[in-house]
Amino acid sequence: MSESKAALQAFKSEVAAWMAENVPSDPGFLLPLTFLEVGTEQQLDFLREWQHKLWQAGFLGMHWPTEYGGQGADSAYQFIVDKELGRHRAPIIFNTIGLNWVGPLLLDMGTEAEKSKYIKNILSAEEIWCQGFSEPDHGSDLGAVQTRAVKEGDEYVVNGSKIWTTLGNYADHMILLARTNTKTERKYDGLSFFLSPMKVAGVEAHPIRKVTGEYGFNQTFFTDARIPASCLMGEEGGGWTVAMKTLEYERGVTAGQASAYWGVAVQVDDMIDELSAIEQDGEPLLSDPIVRDDLVGFMMEAKALSLSARRMAIPALGTDYPMGLALSVKYRGTEYERRMKHYTASKQGAQSALYVGDDDAVSGGFWQRAYFSNFGATIGGGTTQVQANIVAEHVLGLPK
Amino acid sequence: MSVTPNVTMTFSEEQGMLLDVARGFVRDQAPMDVIRAQLETETGFDPALWQSMVDMGWAGIALPDSVGGAGMGVGSAVPVFESLGGGLLGTPLLSTTLAGQLIWRAAGEAAASWLTRLCSGEVGALALLDHADWGAANCGVSLGSDGCLNGRKCFVADAGVADVFVVVANDNGETILAIVEASSLSSDALSHNVVIDLTKRSANVDFTGVAPVEILRGDRVASALRDTLLLGALLTASETTGAAALCLSGITDYLKTRKQFGKLIGSYQALKHPTVDIYVGMENARSFIYHGASVVDDDPLSEDAETACRMAKVAADEVMVFAGDRSVQFHGGFGFTWDCDSTLFIRRAQWAQQMFGGAIHHRKRLAALLLDS
Repeated sequence: MSESKAALQAFKSEVAAWMAENVPSDPGFLLPLTFLEVGTEQQLDFLREWQHKLWQAGFLGMHWPTEYGGQGADSAYQFIVDKELGRHRAPIIFNTIGLNWVGPLLLDMGTEAEKSKYIKNILSAEEIWCQGFSEPDHGSDLGAVQTRAVKEGDEYVVNGSKIWTTLGNYADHMILLARTNTKTERKYDGLSFFLSPMKVAGVEAHPIRKVTGEYGFNQTFFTDARIPASCLMGEEGGGWTVAMKTLEYERGVTAGQASAYWGVAVQVDDMIDELSAIEQDGEPLLSDPIVRDDLVGFMMEAKALSLSARRMAIPALGTDYPMGLALSVKYRGTEYERRMKHYTASKQGAQSALYVGDDDAVSGGFWQRAYFSNFGATIGGGTTQVQANIVAEHVLGLPK
Repeated sequence: MSVTPNVTMTFSEEQGMLLDVARGFVRDQAPMDVIRAQLETETGFDPALWQSMVDMGWAGIALPDSVGGAGMGVGSAVPVFESLGGGLLGTPLLSTTLAGQLIWRAAGEAAASWLTRLCSGEVGALALLDHADWGAANCGVSLGSDGCLNGRKCFVADAGVADVFVVVANDNGETILAIVEASSLSSDALSHNVVIDLTKRSANVDFTGVAPVEILRGDRVASALRDTLLLGALLTASETTGAAALCLSGITDYLKTRKQFGKLIGSYQALKHPTVDIYVGMENARSFIYHGASVVDDDPLSEDAETACRMAKVAADEVMVFAGDRSVQFHGGFGFTWDCDSTLFIRRAQWAQQMFGGAIHHRKRLAALLLDS
């Protein structure tokens, strides 16, 4: 469905006007940079209320079906909302695992009952979702997960432990990848996928403190936790396929996400604005030829990312590697951001050594915190190194 | 101050067909044995192949139809040069295209007779450099009161086969473009360079005592010269991007077939991950050249177009130098031999990275464009 430019322009004005009125002002406490760092009840309540408000105004899930709480419009409308959120420096839309992974997954592969039960509450932030894929011993090697789910009557009994469970201590549901069969020839065939309740006996989420000093993710322990057998999504033993589909949404390979505004967006222009106020050797930092050359490098990377996103929309300009640009988005984008944030945090003279909480820190320590926080992007959802293997094997056809 | 907003990329159906035709032509008419047969010949290309390219209208691909060109816009040269690079096919097309751009931008339809000749297959050459510095004024050749030029030009691409030279010169300090017929050169005017890229040819040319047939001068000369250098950077980047893609496919083919220690070498991450970086670099360069193709036109180039041309050159050079270097290394002992095509890639990289200014030349100017405005 293509939308007229005029209609999109009118919508953009409508969204901008609404945001000018409704984007909350600074609450007086630190807000998370990304959905991975929601660490206090205060932050949670604030963000839940904000997401609910955005949804009620009709600006969330723009291209999801109306019968499940969406707006039934074109994805171009969501893109506009996300862009305006960034432009207005709005607080993040935090129920990301629901909005970007579970929602599209259910719309794609879920039953009618599953869609009706879950999707609207994802949009309204009434129910929060977390993800139970990684385990203490199995992160990038997801096929080897060991958490057991054994069927007993109309229940499964779950034992084991999941880690890096973002929002796990607040979540109502978890997408859970667990082993239902230990005797299959291929390890993948013993896995099943559950839409599993978190607020049941035997499930405990223990917050983990991160490099940034903040909380946000957890280790989740399952001790004889009993979940209804109806929580199984798809077939028993068919979990790997569903998990892989989930990762496509998580990594941005497949579209359908309800809001890409899961973190405070940092642009190369923000970096240059910040650095232009800094002095080195009594002169503007931006007059240093080495710094200038470094900045050209960052600007080129930023431009290449935008141009390649644009080029993906022109099939005739694809290369001999049809899925290449999509499958390398995470590899290209997240490492660039890590280096860009690190660079900005490192070029502040003695202030480079200050962190969030110090009144003298440049922009309140934003860049130091953003750099550390960015490891969530280069590690989560499959590390950069695993992404390189994926591009090598699935795009270039190199052997495993 | 902002670098990212302009992400213009347009690609017409007509340009898409051109890309398909050009790729098909290079694949069918110029496989690697045809390229290799020309490596040590005097001219470096097969005249019959050049004639086929002229017959398809490529000699005038960047020129308007009013002067005998294809009338598809100067950006349409990008898919052609990307395709030529994708087969390492040399030919004097780059020189002829840029000579045409310089004349067209400096004189327009008043110079139609020259442009028509170039479109019909006469070879044009750009006599630009006084010495090795792409960033200098390069106006050392002077026009004397006797109507003859005095001085020489260096590293003139395709000088050996050129019919027409466009010589950047000065007339009492005013930058002019002198058009010289090859037939008016003395027999010892050319001294051929030993060029690192075996598919390319160039020579130093002494223009002393030669009378130009026409002088182009006036307000448009300076911007025509600047824009031709930028287009030279963009079209070289296009050619280089094609070459990088070919180099990448050579590397991946080898990594998929060569076994050591009982395993295909492509399974080793020490080889796999740098190969991914070559792939990503090639895609970035490709995005830059087609962005460049979308923002250049017949008018004096805008700042966005200048940014695009410079970024395309930097991106293409960077990936080609890395790809050529790693191609030799990853092919092991065979990679070190003349018979391995890695030889051609590493030599192409070394040639391309200096053409129309190297990375530092362009990055320095990008910094001024993007940080000082």
